[in-house]
Parts: sequence; C-alpha cells; structure tokens
Amino acid sequence: MDRRTTRFRSSVGVLAAALVILLGAACGGSDGGNTTKSGSAGTKDAITVGALCPRTGPVEIIGTNLCVGFADYVELINSKGGLEGHEIKLVDIDYAYEVPKGVAAYEEMKRQGTVVIVCGGTPIALALNDRITADKIPCVTPGFGIAEATDGAKYPYQFPLAASYFSQAAAALDHVASEAKGKKVKVAFLHLDNPSGKEPLPVMEQLAREQGMELKTFAVPLPGLELGAQITDIVSRFQADWVVSHLFGRAPSVAIKGLKQAGFPLDHVISFVWGIAEPDIEAAGGFAAAEGYKGLQFTGVGQDFPVIKEIQQRYEARKLPLPVGLTKYSVYYDRGVFMAAVTLEGVRLALETGGEPVTGEKVKVGLESIKDFELGGLVPPLTTAPSDHEGGGFTQVVAVRDGKLVPITDWANPARDTVLALVKARNAG
Amino acid sequence: MIHRECGVIKTTYRADMALYPLPLARVTVVVTVALLVAVPWLLPAKYLVWASLTGIAAIGAVGLNLLTGSAGLISLGHGAFLATGAYTAANMAARLHAPFWVALPAAGLVAAILGIVVGLPSRRVKGIYLAVATIAAQFITEWVINHVTWISGGAQATVSLPPPALGPIRIDTEAERYLLILAVAVVAVVVGLNFNRSRLGRAFVAVRDRDLAADVIGVEVGRTKLVAFAVSSAYAGVAGALWAYYLGVANYEMFTITVSIEYLSMVILGGLGSVVGSVYGAAFVTVLPLALRDLLERFRDLIPVGDVATFVAQLRLVLFGSLIIAFLVTEPEGLARLWRKVKDYFRLWPFRY
Repeated sequence: MDRRTTRFRSSVGVLAAALVILLGAACGGSDGGNTTKSGSAGTKDAITVGALCPRTGPVEIIGTNLCVGFADYVELINSKGGLEGHEIKLVDIDYAYEVPKGVAAYEEMKRQGTVVIVCGGTPIALALNDRITADKIPCVTPGFGIAEATDGAKYPYQFPLAASYFSQAAAALDHVASEAKGKKVKVAFLHLDNPSGKEPLPVMEQLAREQGMELKTFAVPLPGLELGAQITDIVSRFQADWVVSHLFGRAPSVAIKGLKQAGFPLDHVISFVWGIAEPDIEAAGGFAAAEGYKGLQFTGVGQDFPVIKEIQQRYEARKLPLPVGLTKYSVYYDRGVFMAAVTLEGVRLALETGGEPVTGEKVKVGLESIKDFELGGLVPPLTTAPSDHEGGGFTQVVAVRDGKLVPITDWANPARDTVLALVKARNAG
Repeated sequence: MIHRECGVIKTTYRADMALYPLPLARVTVVVTVALLVAVPWLLPAKYLVWASLTGIAAIGAVGLNLLTGSAGLISLGHGAFLATGAYTAANMAARLHAPFWVALPAAGLVAAILGIVVGLPSRRVKGIYLAVATIAAQFITEWVINHVTWISGGAQATVSLPPPALGPIRIDTEAERYLLILAVAVVAVVVGLNFNRSRLGRAFVAVRDRDLAADVIGVEVGRTKLVAFAVSSAYAGVAGALWAYYLGVANYEMFTITVSIEYLSMVILGGLGSVVGSVYGAAFVTVLPLALRDLLERFRDLIPVGDVATFVAQLRLVLFGSLIIAFLVTEPEGLARLWRKVKDYFRLWPFRY
C-alpha cells in the first residue's frame, strides 16, 4: 500500500472515530444545558428555569456578562437554601442569536421541565411566541422583546418586565424636551435597520409631533459598523440638535466615535438601553473621550447595591476570582441579576398563590402579580398586572461624567398614557 | 463482499435503467426509509428537533446542489429564496387562509419566479462574478422584505402561521411535524436523484462542463441556466415554507447571508454534484454544532476557566470550524466521495483492488 493511501486511511479513521465519539457522547448524555452547582437546598423538588443566552454571535458582549449575572444570582439563592426550600436548576443554553438553534434549545429546555425562560433576544422571543403560548411557558424579555406585549391580553406569555422600546422612546424624547426648555429642536433618530430598530418609530413620531420637535430618522444597515454616511447626514445636512440612538452590538461605540469626530456634542446624544454600557464606552476610546454621552438605564449601574455586594461576598466565600461583570462591566451584569431576581420573584409568587408543583401557567400568574419589587434599590419599584406586563416601564438617564456612568435623573416613565394607548391600538389592529 | 454485482442480469431496458439496479439496494432503501419513519419512536424528543431541522436543510441543500453542483452556477443567494418561500407561505396562510398543500407549492412557484429574475445575470457572467450578482440578490431581497410592509407584515417583519393541516389532520406535535418534513424531503431527494438522469439534468451537466460545446450540440445554454435557477429556487422556496411552518413564524432575521453561506458549505462538504452528499452535508452542518454543544456541556466541570459557559460556547465555534477544515483536507470532494470510498473498500474486501 502506498503512503498516500495509508495517510488517507489513517486520517479517515481518526475523523470517523472523532465523529463517533462526538455523537455517541452527545446522544448518550441526558443533560443538554448548563446547570449550576447547587448549594444546600431542601428536600423539595427542584424548579427548572431556562435562559436562552447569546454568548456567541453579534450580541456576545451582552450575553457574556448578562448571563453570568443571571447565573450568579441563581447560585446566591441556592446557597441560601433555594427559593422557599426549592433548589433552582438553571438551564443556560447558548443559541448564538440564531433562531433555529434557539428553537432547538427551547425544545431541550421544555424537555427538562422549565417553567419560565429568559428569551435573550427579540428575534427568538418573536419566533418562540406561538410555542410558548401553546406550551404555557412564560418568556421574560426585560428591556427588549415585543413592545406590544405590554398588554398581556394578546401576548399572555410574553413579559417585558422593564421598559420596552416604546417606553424608552418616550423617556428619551422627554429628556430632550426638558433640556430644550421650550425651544424648537431638531431630533435625529439613529437606529439599526431591522425590526427591533424600527419598532419605536410610531411612538417617536407621535411624541415629536406633540412636542413640536422636528424628527428625522436615519437607518443604519446591519451590523452597524459603518455609520459615516448617516453621521455626515445628521451633523452637516440635517444639523440636528439632539441625537436619539437605538443601536446595539458593536454599533454604539462606532456611533460615539463618529459623532465626536464630526464635532457633535456628546451630551446631546441619548442612547437607548443597549448602547450605554462600559464596553461600548471603552471601545469608543474610553470614558474620557466619551464625556457627556447620555443613555437610558432600566437597572442601576455599579456595585453599590446590597444584592451585588452579597454576590461579591459569595465569590470570596468560594475563593473564586470576581468576574469582569462585578468589577468593570457592571451594566449588563446588573441587568442579568435583575432578570434572575424578577423571574424568581414570579416563581416565588407562583408558589405562594398556586402551590406545588410549579407549572408555567402558575408562573405566568405569579409574574402578573408582582408588587413593588425593588431588589434593594437596584431597580425602581416594579408592579405588574395582567394588563401591564411591563410593570410601568421606568427608566433613568445616566451620563458619562468623570470616568463613570452617573445617574442624572430620577426613575420616571413619561408619556405613559401615550405608550399604553399606542400598544392598545396596535394590538387591536 | 455482500454488495455483489455479479449474477444480476436484466432482461428489459427499463429494468436496466432503474435508479437502483441491484436487488440489495432495494432492501437498503426500504430499511433506511423505515428507520427514518420510525425515528419519533426510537429517539428522544430532543433529537426530533435536530432531525426536523436537518430535513429542512436537506431540501434546501439538494436544490442548491442542482444549481451549483450539477449546473455549475455558484449562488450565494439561497437565503433570499428561502425567505421568499417562507414569506409567501406565511402570507398565504395568514391572510388568504390558504391550506398547507396550497401554500407550499405556491411558495415554491413564487421562489422559482424570483430565481429566474436573479438568474438573468447568468446569461452574461460566469463563475465568481455570478456569485457576486447573487449576493446582490440576497441583500436586495432582505431589504425588500424588511421595508415593504405588505410582505413583511409590519415593522417587526414577522408573520405568524397557523399550524399546517392536511385536510382534517392538524399537524401539532413534534413527531407529526417531523414526519411531514420527512415526506417532503423524501420526494425532494427522489426527484433530485432522478434529475441528473433526465434530459434536463444532462443539459445542466453539459452547461457546467463546457457550455460552448453544449451550445454547439444544441443545448439552449441561456434557457438551461434560467431553468437551473428556477428549479433550485423552487426547492429553496419549499424548504423556506416548511421552515416557517415548523417554527410557526417567518422572521426576516432567519434569512441572512450567513444562511446562504451555510447552505453553500453544506453542498461543498457533502460533495458537489451528489444529491445524497447534500443530505449528508446538511446533516453535518445542522447537527454538528448542536452535538458539539451537548458534548462540551458534559465536560464543563473539567474545564479550569473562570467563565466556563462562555468559554464552552466559543470553543464550540472553533471546533466546528476546525472539523470542517479537517474534513475538507481529508477528502476535498466531500462526504459523498468519502462514503463511496468506504463502500468500495468493502466491495473489494479482502482484496485491495
């Protein structure tokens, strides 16, 4: 036999062996997702909670911090004996922001008996809507997701639980109005040219009309790494006074750099919640370069909260190094902690009102009956109802000042009536 | 040793021209189909999702193989045709309340029409230049779906579909959906297998190999290329429609350029020109990332890194790419060729040649 045939056969053999082992191990395993190690929990049944996390793909910068925060909060609860004695089992599956992988991951979570899922991404929340409604498993989407899901009548199993893009639009324009103090201003709405990016347009247009602002929208094609044309348009041609920016992924940092280079004052730029995190500011050239840049938050920023401090103590107790979310990148991490906490609050209420065993339906009822949930000041008081799956839609404006993200307004939910009326109108149609 | 070709004598031309002339092949095909049908009862539910996604990908891959493998026209616009099929079926089902067996062929038809339009540059340009023209088609279709609300159903560009129903039978459970996809996939593969043996298929191959010579012997090259685009797009339209029915929703972010590249990689990995190869390629590209994720989850605890979950997620991407490279280095002509080499080895065993 010649060397070429031998080499070929050995490489085929190695590859075949690798594939067989791969498929055998994968098929032989029963657990398809991450599960956190449990602390000391009682002898009651474990409750399974799912998290569809995009740890790879276009939003990996969000997923890699947010999901760590989520998992850490679950670990904290388990270390204290679980939720009312029930251990919380977290099934955390990375779906790379792709819908088919997300559907496969959802089916796996369903198989493992999850009662509530954090659907990390608007496309997957949309794609899974029919399935979660049929399977009666609530989908939690704080700060993103389907804005019309504020009204629980049409989307009974979708729970924004924090400011949707409609509420964020209202808050951004309210801040512009308060800073403009009656003068007529030109507002540029810079957004990604995809469904999430275009979602707040009706609210923006209506509120801009009511407040006498001149609004122009500038769409950026995905993935949003090239904004030169739009920025020139905004600064030179339209000569905007304010920029409201609705970008995520790598786009916010490109926008900050571009606007600064074009000479636009960054303290007249206000971003939605997914464009105002530390990685974005660092990528834009650092906190000094981005001085003045403003954005909306639906969770507190930083480590100065009791629950964050508790988690830090848990890390010290387990003698593990602190993750970057607990030191530098607090924005997404704190949101992850909030998402875990509010989800488990829904589960806790489900146990209270519905008893054991916990099912998705009971968690839905629980999530609709949250009252004044604050998490030690990390979030504004959240109260939900069957007609309000958003819980008020509170945000606050933060700005980059002296190397930090500093809140410059209180928690508020302006133009709530307009937002709710629009949600109702769109759900009726 | 078992696959003996001796002693198999045909007495009619028809028997000689059969797709599977050997008696063993008939048994193999029946057993394979029976196993595939029995999958819902043999495997746990999680693998049904894998199997369904593979089935849908296989239909699309067979279509692309007809275009790129048989007709030699490189196309990076397959995602656009999938999207067309999906949104056609979604709009017909949601707005016109068309039943499944009307919406599916309609999706294929509309996609075929788009395919003819997209294929028009092929009359002028060849090879890589045609590939770029199809990329343009991909982006234009994406933009149109995103912006034309009549198609996309609003700013969210998502159209919900009711579950498919064949007459009185509603397809609700995972198993039923899998069997529906399997039925369509079997038809698609059988048509694909016979395609290359038909007059049209031979015209495709002639155009691929030497279009000037094909023109000389009387093949209408331009028309054949357009038909190739139409057929391949029809396949993609059907696959896209099935995908939309499977997920229950047609969302524009499901059909980006990444999907086009994935389908092209399925066809290349499987072996250009081989229909069964496209099925293998579809299985490889669809199942491998999911299997890798499962495998890495089981060894999670052994990895001494801080944020294990992120590390695992990213390691999966690296491993997936490495495996593709390894396979292509081992057998550049794809999985079909690899399988044939294995079969030939056993055919000649214990002899070497």
